[in-house]
Amino acid sequence: MEAGQKKSSSVAARVFRFYYDGFRTMSEWGKKVWIIILIKLFIMFAILKIFFFPDLLKKNFDSDAQRSEYVLEQLTNNPDTDD
Amino acid sequence: MIENVDLSLVDWSRAQFALTAMYHWFFVPLTLGLSFIVAMMETIYVRTGKEEWKRMTRFWMTLFGINFAIGVATGIILEFEFGTNWSNYSWFVGDIFGAPLAIEGILAFFLESTFVAVMFFGWNKVSNKFHLASTWLVAVGANLSALWILVANAWMQNPVGMTFNPETARNEMVNFWAVLFNPVAVDKFLHTIFSGFLLASVFVMGVSAWFMLRKREEWMTKRSILIAAIFGLLSSLMVAFTGDMSARTLARVQPVKFAAMEALYKGSKDAGLVAFGVLKKTDEKVLQENVVRDFVMKIKIPGLLSIMTGGSRDFYVPGIKDLISAGDTTRNILAIPDMIQRGIFAREVLNDYKRAKMLNDKEQLEVLRVEYFGNKAFYDEYFRYFGYAFLNSPEDAIPNVPVAFYSFHLMVMLGFCFILVCILVLYYLFRGSLQKNKWLLWLMLLSIPLVYISSEAGWVTAEMGRQPWIIQDLMPVNIAVSKISAESVIITFILFALLFTALLAAEVSIMLKQIKNGPKH
Repeated sequence: MEAGQKKSSSVAARVFRFYYDGFRTMSEWGKKVWIIILIKLFIMFAILKIFFFPDLLKKNFDSDAQRSEYVLEQLTNNPDTDD
Repeated sequence: MIENVDLSLVDWSRAQFALTAMYHWFFVPLTLGLSFIVAMMETIYVRTGKEEWKRMTRFWMTLFGINFAIGVATGIILEFEFGTNWSNYSWFVGDIFGAPLAIEGILAFFLESTFVAVMFFGWNKVSNKFHLASTWLVAVGANLSALWILVANAWMQNPVGMTFNPETARNEMVNFWAVLFNPVAVDKFLHTIFSGFLLASVFVMGVSAWFMLRKREEWMTKRSILIAAIFGLLSSLMVAFTGDMSARTLARVQPVKFAAMEALYKGSKDAGLVAFGVLKKTDEKVLQENVVRDFVMKIKIPGLLSIMTGGSRDFYVPGIKDLISAGDTTRNILAIPDMIQRGIFAREVLNDYKRAKMLNDKEQLEVLRVEYFGNKAFYDEYFRYFGYAFLNSPEDAIPNVPVAFYSFHLMVMLGFCFILVCILVLYYLFRGSLQKNKWLLWLMLLSIPLVYISSEAGWVTAEMGRQPWIIQDLMPVNIAVSKISAESVIITFILFALLFTALLAAEVSIMLKQIKNGPKH
């Protein structure tokens, strides 16, 4: 049991070490693209998603039944002729 | 009561989606193809043990890494747009879209967090064989990841394997295998990945040509060109083959799109294939206002369209006018006015269901469930045309013919040019005179932007050609769009344009710097 735990913790440590060394010794271009990735993800998830891209049906309705009702309404009316 | 849909809202929402999808597509095909080219190079390194091959592999892997990293997650923005700009569509597609996208997300996550890390961090830390296996797994995984996205897209072009639940107003998957092996999905996946392989081959040939023009890295460039030209030639032939497969399927499941791609208004037996043509407006109309385009000039191959579509010159290929007014009885394709009538009937049944639900009339709900929504014949004969109920006239079913025609022909012409480029490159390479033929080296370099244009043109054909549908025959774009202000869509359009342009500029700048630096010694 103890040997098993030791083994799994050593695997986890090796994986951690692998990533840690990889990031530590990363090339110049690697660092640049990681900065771009982080900026991009920040813009996408912390700005665009929150402020500009809410899930409309989730935001406007409390339940799936209400969402279904709303979409059913849209599907049974012709927007170009009905008012 | 429903608000009138502002056309500018539909147009801006479409423009926004097109912008993000096209920018996203700048990053994807290079990943699909370059991953395999790098894997082939590394395989030679592992088999021969020669350090030059390792150096070469690492150089192309760096370019792969830059493209992969800048492009990663750009597709998620499309999912944001589904929820905000296309909420009706998002709800209506139900789990059909969710399942493939979830598989793609899980695949991408595991792929990106494990094997890509081994590819870049694992040199000299893991065994050569494990590293090589990781590189191959990245290549296979990236392409499998594309499969699921393309399966979802193919369902929009040819919705199969589902049933509509009026209670939830959603489609529900009833046959996963029908969705996965949808003929459009099979064609689309093969055509797309081979086009990605071709794009990456042209990219490798072009960058190598630049080195040759500067008389640098002779050993690496010759071998890179050899691998890329062979891979590119085989891929380009497969692109042509799968394109042909795809055209046959389109003629069956999206006949109006197929006719628009050829600007074929009047159908015939022994129909010719327009290899090149220039369109002009005429005074003639299809039904009401849709102007017929005629050719100012064209180069036509007699009978080829009939042969490609039906295997014989006697095969009748319907034109846009025929499909609008009479359909194609030989292939059970109804005329558009008939489809509109059936769509209206399906919508009335759904309306009855809605009313019964509002009145809590359980008896009527049960009748509608049994007679219609539980009846396969209702789906096959009426509900499959549901979207036509929203067309004001049959001509609304016609896409923008010049866009479909020119984008399709541009893609095909460039595709054939790349076959020729690969053949020429191999010919001069084996003769040992590639370096002396500077015109060819310049052509290889110039082919890089051209192959991207060709790849984007393919998607323009696929997506513009299927208008007015977001889901073929089931849902037009004006019903799919969310009723939000057009101004908010314009703002996000501009934001995306800025964000993606910045990302593309960053990619090009970092990549150019790495190319100029060349492989590390």
